[in-house]
Amino acid sequence: MSIEKDPDQIHIAPEMAIAEADVRSEEAGEFVRGSSLWRDAWRRLLKNKLAVFGLIVVVIVTIASVLGPTVIKAVFGFTPDYIPTQIKLNRSYPPFTGPDGEFSWLHPMGTDNAGRDQLARVLQGGQISLFVGVIATLVSLLIGVTYGAIAGYVGGRFDNMMMRIVDVMYSLPYVIVVIVLLSLFRSQTPRGQLILLFVALGSTSWLTMARIVRGQVLSLKNQEFVLAARATGVSGTRIIFRHLVPNTLGPVIVYATLTIPQIMLTEAFLSFLGFGVQAPLASWGSLASDGIQSIGIFPWQLICPGVTMALTLFSLNFLGDGLRDALDPQMRTV
Amino acid sequence: MTTSDGNLLEVKDLRTYFETEDGTVKAVDGISFQLKRGETLGIVGESGSGKSVTNLSIIRLVPDPPGKIVSGEVVFNGSDLLLLSNDAIRKIRGRRIAMIFQDPMTSLNPFMKISKQLMEMTQLHLGHSKSQAYDHAIRMLETVGIPDARARAGNYPHEFSGGMRQRVMIAMALSCEPELLIADEPTTALDVTIQAQILELIKKLKSKTGTSVILITHDLGVVAGMTDHVIVMYAGKIFEQARTSELFSLPGNPYTKGLLKSVPDPTAEQGKLYQIPGLPPDVAHLKPGCPFAPRCDRVQEICRREFPPFVQLNADHYSLCHFAREVYSESGGTPIQ
Repeated sequence: MSIEKDPDQIHIAPEMAIAEADVRSEEAGEFVRGSSLWRDAWRRLLKNKLAVFGLIVVVIVTIASVLGPTVIKAVFGFTPDYIPTQIKLNRSYPPFTGPDGEFSWLHPMGTDNAGRDQLARVLQGGQISLFVGVIATLVSLLIGVTYGAIAGYVGGRFDNMMMRIVDVMYSLPYVIVVIVLLSLFRSQTPRGQLILLFVALGSTSWLTMARIVRGQVLSLKNQEFVLAARATGVSGTRIIFRHLVPNTLGPVIVYATLTIPQIMLTEAFLSFLGFGVQAPLASWGSLASDGIQSIGIFPWQLICPGVTMALTLFSLNFLGDGLRDALDPQMRTV
Repeated sequence: MTTSDGNLLEVKDLRTYFETEDGTVKAVDGISFQLKRGETLGIVGESGSGKSVTNLSIIRLVPDPPGKIVSGEVVFNGSDLLLLSNDAIRKIRGRRIAMIFQDPMTSLNPFMKISKQLMEMTQLHLGHSKSQAYDHAIRMLETVGIPDARARAGNYPHEFSGGMRQRVMIAMALSCEPELLIADEPTTALDVTIQAQILELIKKLKSKTGTSVILITHDLGVVAGMTDHVIVMYAGKIFEQARTSELFSLPGNPYTKGLLKSVPDPTAEQGKLYQIPGLPPDVAHLKPGCPFAPRCDRVQEICRREFPPFVQLNADHYSLCHFAREVYSESGGTPIQ
């Protein structure tokens, strides 16, 4: 047979079908045109003031961190690791203070012990902190989603085995695991150390993601559309990644946004302990660690990176909570 | 390639059991039937009688574990599907045997555009490129009577009504021009007017493409209007098997008679609707004897003791009953010896 567009084409009561569609669009009102889950969720997110605040702060901090150091270099002419050669400048100045104690826009966050501009360092530290958070979260997404989806879809003994491995890893104190990893493979270059940090954080943070995705897949795989997909000859891998994983996106996105601040915090903690980012690279954690040594004399060295980090983490958490409410309306607590 | 007698599908002594904590559930227990090219076979029976499992067994989609196809042959186009490798059976699913499911509300992926779901089929089986597959998808949507198909193809399933979704399912099932279409209660979840439209659609597409159809339903009205042959299933077994017209006029099994009596008759003045007393048996704990015996109105001592024989009543007419010939005669038929 060939299904051509021919005159005796089968239109069973097309007017009925159209009428049906019309009734529907009238009932559903404004929603009918292009109302996808995402648009709906976006509307709900915008109604949540804290989440919008979080979103704005996150966007500002991200843009400032990414562009900030370059802009400062272009305008003022120094890089985050620029140490002034003049002995006079080579000491820590409070915010908005010039070399002679006068008001100045040159260093809005002051300078550190070596005379480096604190704002440039905080922004560059933000780059590293956000980068670590995002990359480690992506690693955890990749491993966690794949692992959980496969375990959930295959099921049975295989699933049992895979999830027991996760349980075992859960029971290891992961900060200690990361510290051991980092000190065992301590790299000579700052970049090498950074990559090691990604690996260490990513490899321990996928466990919860795997559990969440597995749970979702377990409940999804018994739905008829999966059976329908199998009945059309779709292979297992394709069902997992094209049919099941997209359906778990809601919870996954929510959990991922909540993982970013968590990982950033861990990174700060590790850097604070001296296991994380190494100078001349800086992260908020290592800046705070530097600042705390002279907290009595130069409090701005701790306050500036500390407050920036706290504000960013708050915002990310607000955003994550907002996303959860927006993507999962049933879960909203009354 | 067809087997000598023109059968597209031959199911021989198919047994599918489920291992549960409660014991072995013999969901399908020794089913045999044939389906000729271009014909429609109806399978009727109460919930839990094994209709759906029979068809899932044909394309080997019985959830395993706990389900297992214990024995039997499913000869499709001369080859036994139960012996094929997983890859080989996957190439048959959707390409040569397609399925339509009961609930159109849940059988489409809520996260995929309609067009994508339709395209997946032809990209997978016919090796279509994206644009080819898209054009084909639009053509199929038009064929099943979706107005403004090009615009609707970009929609998600939740933007369609139940009837429209079932049309999409049919479009999907037929997009590779399968030789066999298995429709598992395609209209159960739909209201009566949409039901009629969908059945009409299946009928027309069938006559246009020559596809054979297995129609699973518990609606005898649907069977009467759509099928050439009927199988009546009960407790995992075939209770009666006949040409549709003969089954309705000359039933040869007390269970079939009961089913036919339960159909509301609009011409009857009033009175209670007939129903078969009791419930379908628990197939995990079948007693010896006829599984229908506890509910049968002409039950005898032998029914509780011995499993009934599968009696041939006419050329194409079989019935599983100790008293098949008597029942058939009462209906007005003359059983062959």
